[in-house]
Amino acid sequence: MNVFVKNDQKLPIVDNVRPDGGVWTIKEKLWLGLSKEEYKAQFLRNPVNWVLIIIFAIGLPLLLQRYFMGLGSVTHGSDDYPWGLFLGFGLFGMVPLSASGFLLGTTVEIFGRKDLAPIERLALLNGLLGYFFAVVYLLVDVGMPWRIYYPMIISLGPAAVLFLVAWHVATYLSVQIAEIAPAFFEWARWLKGKRFVKSISIGLTIAGIILSTLHQGALGALFTYAPTKVHPLWFSANFQWIHFFCSAIFAGLSMVICSAALCKTYLVWRCDNRFLDNVDRNTLALGKGCAYALITYLVIKMVGIAHDQDWAHLLTGWGQYFLLEMAVAVVLPMILFAYGVKHQLVGMVRWAALISVLGIVWNRLNTAMICFNWRMYQEIPHWKEVWVTVTIFALYFIVYRFILYRLPILYEWQGEK
Amino acid sequence: MSNAINRRTFLQGSLAGAAAATVSLGKNTEAATFEGYPDAMGVLVDLSRCVGCRSCEAACNREQKLPAPEKPFNDFSVFDEIHHGQKRRTDETRYTIVNRYDIPGREHPLFRKVQCNHCLEPACLTSCFVNAYTKTPEGAVIYDSSVCVGCRTCMVACPFYIPTFRYSSAFKPRIMKCVFCYDTRLTKGLPPACVEACPQEALTFGRRTDLVAAGKQRIRENPGTYVDHLYGEHEAGGTSWMYLSPAPFEQVGIDTTVPKEPILNYVKDFLSIVPMVLTIWPALFAGFHLLATRKDKMAEQKKSEGEV
Repeated sequence: MNVFVKNDQKLPIVDNVRPDGGVWTIKEKLWLGLSKEEYKAQFLRNPVNWVLIIIFAIGLPLLLQRYFMGLGSVTHGSDDYPWGLFLGFGLFGMVPLSASGFLLGTTVEIFGRKDLAPIERLALLNGLLGYFFAVVYLLVDVGMPWRIYYPMIISLGPAAVLFLVAWHVATYLSVQIAEIAPAFFEWARWLKGKRFVKSISIGLTIAGIILSTLHQGALGALFTYAPTKVHPLWFSANFQWIHFFCSAIFAGLSMVICSAALCKTYLVWRCDNRFLDNVDRNTLALGKGCAYALITYLVIKMVGIAHDQDWAHLLTGWGQYFLLEMAVAVVLPMILFAYGVKHQLVGMVRWAALISVLGIVWNRLNTAMICFNWRMYQEIPHWKEVWVTVTIFALYFIVYRFILYRLPILYEWQGEK
Repeated sequence: MSNAINRRTFLQGSLAGAAAATVSLGKNTEAATFEGYPDAMGVLVDLSRCVGCRSCEAACNREQKLPAPEKPFNDFSVFDEIHHGQKRRTDETRYTIVNRYDIPGREHPLFRKVQCNHCLEPACLTSCFVNAYTKTPEGAVIYDSSVCVGCRTCMVACPFYIPTFRYSSAFKPRIMKCVFCYDTRLTKGLPPACVEACPQEALTFGRRTDLVAAGKQRIRENPGTYVDHLYGEHEAGGTSWMYLSPAPFEQVGIDTTVPKEPILNYVKDFLSIVPMVLTIWPALFAGFHLLATRKDKMAEQKKSEGEV
């Protein structure tokens, strides 16, 4: 795309009006104003797409295998480890990384930090897609995906934690679609819809905070059903929900920092000056938030250990593994964030964000798989399970990029708003 | 102005939601003091009597119409099977299994039967978001595959690793677990197939309350024979199937770290914050919003007053 934009002044589309005075149709907007040949050429020139093609060439048949031959054909089908990578990474990992939507929504709309507005839509989109694909991972993992709506209307088990997760993720998905809808309405030139959504934005944002608090927490609380299975250092009956909620704060913010860094490097043609001029300053502001969330998280993790009297476990091998996680995934990014923010080192903040994104995925995998059944044996996922997980992530990447290419996320719409 | 109205309707909505949540939690509190149905049946398993003949496994397979096993039920080499360093466990083809434990210092090995313990307050039931599980007044924990989504939370929640999943099926997967022969026998007052098949009277079927007394009596009347503990009387809040063992329970593969209270108690901390967040957050964050935008509003007001 970068090449095209360099050679052709009429790109990218930022307005309803074409350079020659006509009006872009939706179809033309979808094709980015390119002819099919041009689109194909830019698609094939990008080496990232070749990697994606390879992932899908193997991943799609594996997905078919999963749906036609059963879960057991692509996983080890373990009765000891009912939850594998699809949930360990796809649900428990993706959801905290998608906390960005409600965090930036709150900061900008509720706390009135309009200076963060240039990055708000990216955070909202990141949130929406993360949740959406967590649901996609669920549809791969649950045994009867065609019954996914059952907890909503067919048979209700309202006292179960997963019931809360199901309802909150479903409602929150709708809230997030509404929150990001203005970008779509501008692009699709349907301003009535946008005005309506704008009029309820405060209500939507507050609904988002409630739903996020509860289901980020609920994902942690799911593990309180397994007090004898999760290692005590990763388990806290009293505080599991708040450990998960608090870590989702820096995870979500870090994910936006990473996403914004990728956009400003590889998607410059799509960014306008408002985004490019503000992204470094906004990154520092988010980094500050991350540092605060990380120190809070570190303290409440210690409170959890103290409350359950788990100190003796720290001296075991598991304890050293736990301390390693704390050092690499919490203390290290915390110091980098704090130092980077204080000395205005944007690059350092970005590295810290990357570490904490990987760190939170590591933490969730520890809780769901590695330190689960800690007195038993270690389940190593089947390679097909890993590949399917990567395939769904690649799909997430493609949809993410598809939307960034088109909707006014990284730029402001020049037409009527 | 339109914001304010929407905020109000929103608050109303969330109040209704909170009320609904409180009602559903109310049911839970009742269950907190639940000590089991008075006439619920149970089984007392006496490991000192079991000889590992696997008749119970065969009877269960027949009764529940489970697929034929890889090795016949009179093949005792299965006791040496080890997967991932673990002895055999229940899976989608077997609701019950017997394992052998060679205990140092004992002349004969001990055998232990594994099946669903039919908890009084089952973790599988309380963790299920579609209410697929039922604890019947007869004592059985049964499962309804017609509403199950296959999320497998019950398998995570069960402290005894009992429910298994039919991973091999793409179109008809379901949880596979012992149901105490509920529909075929228990409702007719009959003992489950495994109990009936046991030639050693290692399994005693009866009212749970009677079995607790009988188990303690057996410990008292045979000093030195049993460990002085009736496993399942309080474990996981009490189970319908209970164990007596002549050797320490850890040595026969029984998890003694299972808490002596229902698994649900560990989850209640979280469940109790739900209505609080639902009711407090809207006011709290609406308040933050008003505070944060106060200065702008004041400036606006001043400006408009100045113009007048």
